[in-house]
Amino acid sequence: MKHLLSTADLSRAEAIHILDVAEEMAEVNTREVRKLPALRGKTVVNLFFEDSTRTRISFEAAAKRLSADVINFAAKGSSVSKGESLKDTVQTLGAMGIDGIVMRHGASGAPRVLADADWIDVPVVNAGDGTHEHPTQALLDAFTMRRRLHGAGSRGQGLDGVRVLIVGDVLHSRVARSNAWLLRTLGASVTFAAPPTLLPVTATPFGAAVHHDLDVALAEDPDVVMTLRIQQERMNDAFFPNPREYTRHWGLTASRFARLDERTLIMHPGPMNRGLEIAGVAADDPRSTVVEQVENGVSVRMAVLYLALTGSETGTHTHAAAATKETVA
Amino acid sequence: MGTRTVLQHPDITRALTRIAHEILEANHGASDLVLLGIPTRGAVLAERLDRILADIEPEWTTEPAVTGADASTPGRSHRVGTLDVTMHRDDLGRGIGRAPHRTTIPASGIDGKVVVLVDDVLYSGRTVRAALDALQGIGRPRAVRLAVLVDRGHRELPIRADHVGKNLPTASDERVTLRLTETDGTDEVVIEQSETQSETPSETQRDGGTA
Repeated sequence: MKHLLSTADLSRAEAIHILDVAEEMAEVNTREVRKLPALRGKTVVNLFFEDSTRTRISFEAAAKRLSADVINFAAKGSSVSKGESLKDTVQTLGAMGIDGIVMRHGASGAPRVLADADWIDVPVVNAGDGTHEHPTQALLDAFTMRRRLHGAGSRGQGLDGVRVLIVGDVLHSRVARSNAWLLRTLGASVTFAAPPTLLPVTATPFGAAVHHDLDVALAEDPDVVMTLRIQQERMNDAFFPNPREYTRHWGLTASRFARLDERTLIMHPGPMNRGLEIAGVAADDPRSTVVEQVENGVSVRMAVLYLALTGSETGTHTHAAAATKETVA
Repeated sequence: MGTRTVLQHPDITRALTRIAHEILEANHGASDLVLLGIPTRGAVLAERLDRILADIEPEWTTEPAVTGADASTPGRSHRVGTLDVTMHRDDLGRGIGRAPHRTTIPASGIDGKVVVLVDDVLYSGRTVRAALDALQGIGRPRAVRLAVLVDRGHRELPIRADHVGKNLPTASDERVTLRLTETDGTDEVVIEQSETQSETPSETQRDGGTA
């Protein structure tokens, strides 16, 4: 694996391999000394053109636990606000000697541009691009599901037959997109429940089934219910009349939560709008994995950084990597 | 290219049995001993040593090595674990792309214990250096010993084994391959004459049983 740009690029074997490596990283995170020397002497740049706290901190913690040096770059207050282009920014960083880029950008596809261009030849990890993809979030969600379902026997397993319901703003959600592709690759089936205004205009977006009524979708007894954040910063148009109406129709309220089966997992990528898309009682229940997702995020990002920065240096890009990737024992 | 088999199943069993006795003799009994195998074949050898030790030393299984509740599977020895050294290797980031293996430490931990590292083939010594490094992140053993099935020479670091199954003088362009029933379907150690020009040990050093 050279870059991680999209979960659609990952084969089932590659995805399971990343999750298995993450299991080893999770084991390290339970030790007294939570540090590995694997990336000692390497420098990772967190190149964040969009605000983010938890993803950036998670990547930073992951890189530091692998002994990499971390440079945090936030576009706000940098020369980007003076009009510097992505190319010049990256070449400037490249001249300082860096070994990997973790990138978040408001424009969909920006990490792909960076990976395909010859401005700099280092691995690029997509930490969220516009409304396109957020692959490490999908990987950590899959990792969390796998751990809850298979426990200590998780290694080597997919998510075959698991039925996942994703509720909310699918249209703007890179989390929904990355999850839909990855979960299907791992053998799970994905259903979206959302108002038509918050769904892409196709019958089966990203290969997932669609429900326009949350109560009908919940009555199908899904194994996992993942509520998405209502991204108020992207709500420029009237996608729904008002927050109270959204909660009534699409929120995981206390009464909807009470109807769920005892085994059903509640997931949320965070940050949560409590009382809007998810009720406090659901978020705090033992069936909720919200805190585990954050914890697992560090392990999964350690695995991604480790594989990207120590993997094959022959320069195969991810879309070609499935065929040519050096098999690791 | 010539291939010769230097050890077969009975030889390997005899060597392991002798190593087991040596470990007990050097430690004056079984107290505080913990075996950590280096994946993949070192881990298999550690489990075999564990079974041999359980046969020859009554104290091996009766002494409660565990303090507190043990969450691991019942019936499994509390004396044996695995130690993955992948993340501590000095050749990471050279485009090899190594997948880490599992590290499992016995529930009693390694603090104050005598840890016996078990590996298949001792060659450059770099794997053992990485293992010593990996141990530091887990605890502080009272002492660390090294048991290997085959010592083929060509050390690149000041490291030696305490217990050796077989010393095999080799040329550096030969490959020593250990196969074990658990991982490869048969028990044997073979020496192969490599057709390629000799490489430095650290480059030919690999994950599995060849060195």
